[in-house]
Amino acid sequence: MCDTCGCNLTHGNEHLIAPGGKLEITASGREAVSVLHGLLHENDHAARHNRAHFDAHGVLAVNLMSSPGAGKTALLEATIEALDGDLSIAVVEGDLETENDAERIRRHGVPAIQISTGSACHLDAHMVHDALHNLDLAGIDILFIENVGNLVCPASFDLGQHANVTLLSIPEGDDKPAKYPVMFRAADLVMLSKIDLLPVLDDFDPGRAEHYLQNLAVTSPVINVSSKSGAGIEHWLQWLNDRVELQRAATHSSSGAPPVHSHDHSHGPAPAGARHVEK
Amino acid sequence: MHELALCQAMMSQVETIARTHRASRVTSITLGVGPLAGVEAQLLHHAYPIASAGTIAEGAELVIEETPIRVHCGRCNEDSDALVNRLVCGRCGDWRTELVSGDELLLVSVELDKTCPSPTGELH
Repeated sequence: MCDTCGCNLTHGNEHLIAPGGKLEITASGREAVSVLHGLLHENDHAARHNRAHFDAHGVLAVNLMSSPGAGKTALLEATIEALDGDLSIAVVEGDLETENDAERIRRHGVPAIQISTGSACHLDAHMVHDALHNLDLAGIDILFIENVGNLVCPASFDLGQHANVTLLSIPEGDDKPAKYPVMFRAADLVMLSKIDLLPVLDDFDPGRAEHYLQNLAVTSPVINVSSKSGAGIEHWLQWLNDRVELQRAATHSSSGAPPVHSHDHSHGPAPAGARHVEK
Repeated sequence: MHELALCQAMMSQVETIARTHRASRVTSITLGVGPLAGVEAQLLHHAYPIASAGTIAEGAELVIEETPIRVHCGRCNEDSDALVNRLVCGRCGDWRTELVSGDELLLVSVELDKTCPSPTGELH
């Protein structure tokens, strides 16, 4: 959905502003101004800015979303180990409090910036933009943005990512897609995580989870993975490699085009001693 | 819940519109929200007085219109109504549908009062 080309106006809502429609009321002395802007207009503007920044550096940005504890950080650790340096990675971590996850990532020699959101239940494009000021994207192939663990709010905020990956861990139950349709509809890839627990949590039926996804008209692929045993990691790496290739091709084909990304400040690592981004 | 953050984003847009149109106050704000927008209308109503306090829209009515969930089926080329977690074609049952409406999160319109209060406080 965008705010410029009129695609906000659909069969579903055009009756509201049509002559005689509910929203065309004009009481005397008052003026009804038709707007039809997305409510997240400012966030979406910042997200486009972030995306242009990623594109300028040929970086694939992946937004990882799930419930708290579904294994996002563990998946990233397993990914870093499995890639063994084949692709260069950086991570932005979103949590309400602590640097724990960023520290886990840094132990693997990968740069990680922690965003502490305070009480905010999601990352937004402005928070990610601020974090980018502390991160050098030169030479990075994939930037993972690990969103705040939450199956509700993160789905509503574009961060400038190229792909959304949503994890559903086996202990959560196979009906999560039916309960949180907005989140799972946003996914470009769904990963069933902690599949090593399937033998003990055998009431989770992967087929049923896929059935609920189909009810949401989700055509995105589903990958089963265990960060602990390494099962399925090769399918995940293949998906990542395919997306990196697509991103490189897009960057290559747009080289020589006029720059689309300009602003009055510079990105890059903050001076020594700079604090991590907090909000 | 992110409804307060959304209300604050909305107030920022509404204040810009009111300033551009030289309005003295905002009397009504209308949103179009689909069931698949991930936003609860009730929570928006709760957050709204907090976000609008002290702004040009303080006291303005907040109207939230729910847009219907409609899907288009590529197989039978028909549009049909659907449910929030069952977006299959209402006619042939195929699941590879496209959402036509139902995920909107729109600031649809703003009603402005353009009369200016006189120094005595009377409107003219």
